[in-house]
Amino acid sequence: MSYGLVSAAYIAAAVLFILALGGLSNQESAKRAVWYGIVGMALAVVATVFGPGTGHLLLVLLMVAIGAYAGQYVAKKVEMTEMPQLVAALHSFVGLAAVFIGLNADFELGSVLALKANIPASLNEAGAAVFLKEAGLTGFAEKLAHKDAVEIAILHVEVFLGVFIGAVTFTGSVVAFGKLAGKIDGKPKKLPGGHLLNAGALALSVILGLMYFSGSGVWALLLMTLIAGFIGYHLIMGIGGADMPVVVSMLNSYSGWAAAAIGFTLGNDLLIVTGALVGSSGAILSYIMCKAMNRKFISVILGGFGGTTGPALEVEGEMVPIEADAVAAALEDADSVIIVPGYGMAVAQAQQSVSELVKRLRAKGKNVRFAIHPVAGRLPGHMNVLLAEAKVPYDIVLEMDEINDDFPDTDVVIVIGANDIVNPAAQDDPNSPIAGMPVLEVWKAKQVFVSKRGQGTGYSGIENPLFYKDNTRMFYGDAKHSMDEVLKRID
Amino acid sequence: MKIGTPKEVFEGEARVAMTPDSARLLQKLGHDCVIEAGAGKAAGFTDAAYKEAGVEVVRGATNLWKAADVVAKVRPPTETEAKRLRKGQTLISFFYPAQNEKLLEICAKKDATVIAMDMVPRISRAQKMDALSSMANIAGYRAVIEAAENFGRFFTGQVTAAGKVPPAKVLVVGAGVAGLAAIGTAVSLGAIVYAFDVRPEVAEQIESMGAEFVFLEFEETQDGAQTGGYAAPSSPEFREKQLAKFRELAPDMDIVITTALIPGRDAPVLWTKDMVAAMKPGSVIVDLAAERGGNCELTVADEIITTKNDVKIVGYTDFPSRMATQSSMLYANNIRHMVDDLTPENDGRIVIDMDDDVIRSATVTHAGKITFPPPPLKVQAIAAAKPKPASQELTVEEKRAQEVAAFKKATRQQVGLLAGGGLLMLLIGAYAPVSFMQHFIVFALSCFIGFQVIWNVSHALHTPLMAITNAISGIIILGALLQVGSGNWLVVILASVSILIATINIVGGFLVTRRMLAMFQRS
Repeated sequence: MSYGLVSAAYIAAAVLFILALGGLSNQESAKRAVWYGIVGMALAVVATVFGPGTGHLLLVLLMVAIGAYAGQYVAKKVEMTEMPQLVAALHSFVGLAAVFIGLNADFELGSVLALKANIPASLNEAGAAVFLKEAGLTGFAEKLAHKDAVEIAILHVEVFLGVFIGAVTFTGSVVAFGKLAGKIDGKPKKLPGGHLLNAGALALSVILGLMYFSGSGVWALLLMTLIAGFIGYHLIMGIGGADMPVVVSMLNSYSGWAAAAIGFTLGNDLLIVTGALVGSSGAILSYIMCKAMNRKFISVILGGFGGTTGPALEVEGEMVPIEADAVAAALEDADSVIIVPGYGMAVAQAQQSVSELVKRLRAKGKNVRFAIHPVAGRLPGHMNVLLAEAKVPYDIVLEMDEINDDFPDTDVVIVIGANDIVNPAAQDDPNSPIAGMPVLEVWKAKQVFVSKRGQGTGYSGIENPLFYKDNTRMFYGDAKHSMDEVLKRID
Repeated sequence: MKIGTPKEVFEGEARVAMTPDSARLLQKLGHDCVIEAGAGKAAGFTDAAYKEAGVEVVRGATNLWKAADVVAKVRPPTETEAKRLRKGQTLISFFYPAQNEKLLEICAKKDATVIAMDMVPRISRAQKMDALSSMANIAGYRAVIEAAENFGRFFTGQVTAAGKVPPAKVLVVGAGVAGLAAIGTAVSLGAIVYAFDVRPEVAEQIESMGAEFVFLEFEETQDGAQTGGYAAPSSPEFREKQLAKFRELAPDMDIVITTALIPGRDAPVLWTKDMVAAMKPGSVIVDLAAERGGNCELTVADEIITTKNDVKIVGYTDFPSRMATQSSMLYANNIRHMVDDLTPENDGRIVIDMDDDVIRSATVTHAGKITFPPPPLKVQAIAAAKPKPASQELTVEEKRAQEVAAFKKATRQQVGLLAGGGLLMLLIGAYAPVSFMQHFIVFALSCFIGFQVIWNVSHALHTPLMAITNAISGIIILGALLQVGSGNWLVVILASVSILIATINIVGGFLVTRRMLAMFQRS
């Protein structure tokens, strides 16, 4: 295949990728959009494999076969509650690949330069080209050989950036995976020195980068890779569980930028386009998540909640517990019900029971809907996927902005494993750490049941005055068990 | 401890402080219950029902007072009853300590503890034992029922074959608990309800019950929060304005229900003779403040009178007692909650914890001393009404100016960004080689397309979005494919590992996205 054909395939692939992302604007067109993505990817890969400048075809086929098998195995096996982990793990792969490819670029550059230095001085330009060709340079190496000094300097910068972002993405995603999978403690942890350590490591990377640009050799690049890996590790270790939606979106963005940087290195426009698409997608998701928590991106990344500006409003009243009988009775009487799920529902795997409950209530002609806060769960849109898996029709699953005005006309609200996203202090108490965060106004409903394991506070560690309101009843216990108990009493 | 309830001795009082249901719950707290024979009869609870609930039934008040460690009743004790108290005994009832100083002294002398249900503070935590509120609720409901009984027409408007019936117009004065209950009842009977209160912050509550708030143009307004949620006396000027408003409304109203009370004072006169005279014949006034002199000038306590112009004025003082079953149930529950708080360990031992705000306020005599009045509360009864934001009625020009300013600001911002970005591009362009700039154009435009496209992605599909971006970021495989043909073995190894993991990404990402999207079903 000629360069021209390969380029044509790349253009088609880029358009298909854009269509794939654009198709996600609603559930029905999304089903088609995936196919655009798949076809685009197939085009790009086939064109590259059979295009100029590749080799070791058997090895490539073997690797693709193994990878494809592993990929489909993982995709089939993964539970929907494990999606956050899977996404984080896949990010780490992109990061690692970016590191490898960046390093490769440097190695190739090294060998090409060495070869160039060996060109006999007697040869003229055309002769030099022939010499290089005879030395067996193909594909990427051939491209490198044609670069002049400035281009090589720029290549250094591109390699450096690609490897740096790739390494941060890799270790960061591994830590995020560990935290989401519960293999690492979800609490924010920092080494002594905290952010100073990160800043120091960053400064060191920059210095190493400068040394690398001035031709110190590959050791500076390798050392920088290690340091960047440390930054990724330490940065994500310092961020707590409930901020994970932001972290995962951020890593998503990084993996895109890493791909784009590699695209620059290799002079491959499709890589640049795709990397930029993915990078901006992740950036927008991070922005949406931060906005939904009313927090600055920086403060999320630096971890922990900002200091309060004064004493929190006194919470008065008491938490009144309630039993399944009374919850079931209230549901029987209600005409309109809104369910607000949170991470607790995912932890307890209660979505099937909730779905069954909703089915029965809807069969009785009640208006049952779900209200989803943008940061509910550990991944943007996590709750939607869980509910979809449990066969809850998506047209009754509404976003915060769509449903927030309906709470005053609602008879019963059930909050399942959510805390901060329904905290009225965000609106009432200007001193609250979450002041100004948009929240679901569940307390305006006639009656609120909160299904919760115990009396503890949420992720932000602040009291939730909702639990003390007169129209709130606490339904203690494991969410799945609680819902099953209610189910038994409703037929 | 043994909790006992005697038969009420007050003439006509039908309520009882313990019901079989409340007794069961009291026993769960570790207490024993005892009741005087026939105590619940007037409220519809038989002795047999009590026995079934495990309550000991004793004959005669003397025996009851002797048997019980804690006496729970409704009305304040008579002097005879107070003298029956003994050292260490606890009495829980309405008491009105401010008006009953003599009684208070007797109880203190007897070394008994008296918990006055009417002294329970109005804070959220104490609402479950706020008997004044639960009784006021019943009084408000009953007031409407009494009004309906004495009113010769429908409440609701109807158009029938036999002719058109206009809806009754009801004015409720004072939107406390009783007032709100009256509003709710009258609204559900179909009347058009107007309500007035001196506290402007209750306007929202009035409207939420379905009534129209009678608005009074007046500068100086009260902050109900300072007086623990109750109304305070108003200034003479305010009163004049208020009466003028009522005079204006009087001829239109069919039913007037007055509930205005100020703690510790006689009821304010709000409905004067001339207003009554201005009302239509057949109209009804129900005065819930009759016991304290009445809000209407002509009210006679405990009686229904009919004026010369045929307006009926209901002056009953025993509305809760007229619904004895309901009020006994609620009152007994209030008592039960109080005992619950007095029994912190649920072991049947009563502890008077004078550090507890609620218990401290309600306890009027303890350990031989009069402990009334209580110190001010640590927590505010209700949150202070927030000052309303300054009215933002802007003139057309001002709005215009604002829009223009906002537009200019946005323009400045955009132009600034564009100029900054342009400069940066120039700077890069000045130094970078052409080959780089070509790729850079592609990069910049792709970022732009990415931003435009991703904003349209539905929130519900954010997880599939991440999965699919994951899959397409596997495009990095292209880099590895281009390098794998190298002659350097290290490069080949690294490239093939990259191919492997990028493939996992691509295949895994696309398949899992498909799996997820297939799950989204319309109902």
